[in-house]
Amino acid sequence: MSLLAKKVLGVSLATALVGALIGLYVAAWATSQPPTIVATSAPPSSGGDRLTLMTVPAIGPKYSPTHPDWVSYLIRKNGKWVHSTIYTVPANSIIHVTIYQYDSPTGLRNPYLSQVQGTIGGTMTVDGKTVNSIPPEETSHTFVIPELGVFIPLPGVSEEAKNPCEFAPCEGADTRTVTFSFYSGKKGRYHWQCFVPCAAGFINGLGGPMQTVGYMDGFLNVV
Amino acid sequence: MSSSQAAEPHGGGGEPNHAVRFAVLWVVVTVIALPVVIFVIGPLLGPGNGSEQSGAQGTDYTVLATVATPVLTLVVLYLLYAVTFFRQPKGAALEGPAIRGDARVQTTWIIITSLLVLGLAAFGTVRLETNYGSGSGSGPSPLTVPKGPKLPVQVIAQQWLFTYRYPTYGGVETRQLYLPKGEMVELHVTSIDVIHSFWAYKLGVKADANPGVDNVAFVRPTKLMSFGVRCAELCGVWHGYMYNNENRVVTPAAFLAWIHAQQKRLAPATKVLPPYAKTYIPEPSRRGE
Repeated sequence: MSLLAKKVLGVSLATALVGALIGLYVAAWATSQPPTIVATSAPPSSGGDRLTLMTVPAIGPKYSPTHPDWVSYLIRKNGKWVHSTIYTVPANSIIHVTIYQYDSPTGLRNPYLSQVQGTIGGTMTVDGKTVNSIPPEETSHTFVIPELGVFIPLPGVSEEAKNPCEFAPCEGADTRTVTFSFYSGKKGRYHWQCFVPCAAGFINGLGGPMQTVGYMDGFLNVV
Repeated sequence: MSSSQAAEPHGGGGEPNHAVRFAVLWVVVTVIALPVVIFVIGPLLGPGNGSEQSGAQGTDYTVLATVATPVLTLVVLYLLYAVTFFRQPKGAALEGPAIRGDARVQTTWIIITSLLVLGLAAFGTVRLETNYGSGSGSGPSPLTVPKGPKLPVQVIAQQWLFTYRYPTYGGVETRQLYLPKGEMVELHVTSIDVIHSFWAYKLGVKADANPGVDNVAFVRPTKLMSFGVRCAELCGVWHGYMYNNENRVVTPAAFLAWIHAQQKRLAPATKVLPPYAKTYIPEPSRRGE
């Protein structure tokens, strides 16, 4: 083999190797997603299954070393908070949801989303009080599954709160507790998201954590 | 056929008159193809007959396909004809005869193609305006507006959801789009964040949803049906989920019953909505503002 042929072969192999490594990295990045968390069974008295979620103003370095200042949802699994927004619930079941909301208000761009929709009874409870809407300017986040017609506005913790949460986990800090139940319906993979422009530092407040699965949007697998 | 004969495809040396033969072949195939295009393929092309606009679009597609058919058969048939009859004999490696400019052919070609293109442009313009935009967004001041009563419905796009406001029914905003059959609907399409596109395929409506712009489109539904709406402009990571298949065209009576039920059900939200306007520049534009 001539020297030129050896050089061409060497450069070709090196290029192919680098290309393959880049391809693998991009594929791993593009297909990575948080773990899927299965809903836990609710007490027999209420029936159905249960999801317990938390919204935090910043996920913190413990859960996300790369984006510690991003706003996020977490879910409780076996008594521990897990950084995931992909949940699995059974089909044709009542799902009881509790959301501990630790963030301050941002407000809704579309006040239409301030009304509770798609829940059993068309209501939710906020700190134990049953309501069917909240003031749009007091909304901190939403939990919305458009395909299922479930619209839940989450009120913010007061700006004057004495013990606000800085980053997750926020247990012990001032919170708003929201509960509601909805019917999961037929099997499918449903997208859910927050509609509040809560992504600080991004255009329209809808970049970053609003467009990254694992933070303010995810999937509900109904199986 | 000898190689010298093959090099002279336009007659001579006992060759048939290819021009006449090809012309006859083209006419025969085109005459056969046209009814197939008009009566078989045409009805499959458009978005259907869900509205006056979608039905007209189907007609327009059929006209375009009909005009294009003779051109298509000409090109494809000539290709096949040349491959079949002007094929170089095996083993031969001869240059074809030099083809010089032919003013008659060139002039004829330019005139015919110009007439076709200009004719279709005129046809399209007339059809677009006589059909009130033909289901497309015509901007805030459409050139032609249908006479008579119209139901105004505002389409509000946001990342990643369409909602609909009915200003003549207390400004109620809904998640589903319900329209009464037979009534002219005036859609006002806008966005409250980035660029979207409102696309109701079965209604034949497609209109850009731009922030700060009131894009008007007219549609008269003619068929009781359910229809899907989806965003047709890449608008972010969840663009693919910006759709809703729960929209319906219903009878006028059913529409009234539905809209009154929505007014009652959505009263808490309606109470806090901003006054109806052609566009909205809502706050907050982002967190902390």
